[in-house]
Amino acid sequence: MAKATREAYGEQLQELVKENEKIVVLDADLSGSTKTAMAKKVAPERFFNIGIAEENMIGVAAGLAASGHPVFASSFAMFATGRCWEQIRNSIAYPELNVKICGSHGGISVGEDGVSHQATEDMAIMRSIPQMRVFCPCDEWETKAIIKHIANDDKPCYVRLGRSAVENFFDENTEFEVGKINVLNRGKKVAIFATGLMVQECMRAVPALRELNMEPTVVDVSCIKPLDEDGVVEILKQHDYIITAEEHSVVGGLGSAICEVACKKHPIQVRRVGIQDEFAQSGSYKDLLKAYKLTDDAIVEVVKEYYESL
Amino acid sequence: MDNLKKHANNIRKNIVKMVANAKSGHPGGSLSAADILTVLYFEEMNINASNVSSTNRDRFVLSKGHASPCLYATLAEKGLLHEDLLTFRKLDSKLQGHPNMKSVDGVDMSTGSLGQGISAAVGMAIANKVDHNDNRVYALLGDGECEEGQVWEAAMCAAHYKLDNLCAIVDFNGLQIDGNVQDVMNPCPIDQKFAAFGWNVICIDGHDFTQIKDAFANARMCKDRPTMILAKTIKGKGVSFMENNAGWHGVAPNEEQLAQALKELEAND
Repeated sequence: MAKATREAYGEQLQELVKENEKIVVLDADLSGSTKTAMAKKVAPERFFNIGIAEENMIGVAAGLAASGHPVFASSFAMFATGRCWEQIRNSIAYPELNVKICGSHGGISVGEDGVSHQATEDMAIMRSIPQMRVFCPCDEWETKAIIKHIANDDKPCYVRLGRSAVENFFDENTEFEVGKINVLNRGKKVAIFATGLMVQECMRAVPALRELNMEPTVVDVSCIKPLDEDGVVEILKQHDYIITAEEHSVVGGLGSAICEVACKKHPIQVRRVGIQDEFAQSGSYKDLLKAYKLTDDAIVEVVKEYYESL
Repeated sequence: MDNLKKHANNIRKNIVKMVANAKSGHPGGSLSAADILTVLYFEEMNINASNVSSTNRDRFVLSKGHASPCLYATLAEKGLLHEDLLTFRKLDSKLQGHPNMKSVDGVDMSTGSLGQGISAAVGMAIANKVDHNDNRVYALLGDGECEEGQVWEAAMCAAHYKLDNLCAIVDFNGLQIDGNVQDVMNPCPIDQKFAAFGWNVICIDGHDFTQIKDAFANARMCKDRPTMILAKTIKGKGVSFMENNAGWHGVAPNEEQLAQALKELEAND
């Protein structure tokens, strides 16, 4: 069954606010889209709509957290991180307050709204802030595991969520070790590190590649920071060629994070699939993924190119 | 009243000493706020050595974080801060250039980037409503700070949620780094703007202890609305050559100037 990670977030948050009466939920006039409205439904006295004022929302979150309330603050990823970068840096991350910034509609799959609403730098800018953790789950169950996990600590973090439904790769019985990479397909020679929506596209590429006698390893990376460096290095050492895949700029996101580890611990050639340092445009999300080479077919081509270069 | 005067004067002496010793910092806007902080910490807020580490007390957010010398000197005067004030702005000191809540008990929010503290104060006031407690939240803003858009987002939010447990004060000293606030980017009329946003607004002389105390009492009486106290102050108050001079916003006095400043302040003892 396919479900958007924002939907999974809404469902899990609804459970959490019932269990933990300290949690406060904030939104900036997008509660129907970010799915925080589901938490409001069961705990209206701990839901505050801050209106179209995201910077204030982050500051209000800081004040609530400084008074002992864990806060989940949501908006579109673009505004929650981009508009509020400095508020997050100075009012949340520096004092290390218990605020979970959960941005929905990450990446270009927000679709027709176009560039102004397409967060393609959010992971980069959040990753650059000390004491911030960055998560980008790939399916319903990983989302729920991450949301439950962060609700149990008192540190800040950013969680990137998607608008469109994605396939499940895990199930409700999966025991996650949040923060560690997950190998979803074990192959050889080529390893693909993917995050978010791109996990689905990479896994869809596997059968087509198998028919061509190519079997890539596919690794789901849901915690971009702190990165599971030991797990990543192990994969680097077992393969000859590395691909990263993210619905995000190739500047500063997963691709950069993997390259940083490779540079330091196991130099190897890395091909970064993602938005190639450009603005996208309006279009249906399927057309956009195709146009910006973020589909299973595009992954097949990138793997084939490598084999043909041998 | 004599006690308040004595405390405020001690705070002012420490402000000029700290900034001079650090050879950097913001004396003008620290001196203008000294009387307001004196009343807050010695009369108005329920903060003391036994509850300073707790969040279950009145809270103060120095939204104009560059007045950190005034906050540190006030906490020290109250006996809540035991760090050597002369480590201010030095490597490894808890007394960071702008306040860091993680390093000093009694600093209720990390501030320094203007416009952000007032939002945090709104969050604290909402928290008190959620927790059904009677604690109050105070925030001190600069007049120049009111040029930040976030201040007005926070003002809208505080009125919307009827935060009568929130009292903000604007240290209206009329000067910012580049000159008169009216010349740089006129935020006035600040009182009418906050009133239009739905706040209870009180205009006072920010160096008159009776007026400051009465304003806080008025704020406590006001229900269903947050209160803004627009406190007319003198930038650099207490040091003649710093008074009403924008040049002393972020400049440290040299040894000779420090001696002169202390001589003037000691004359008030």
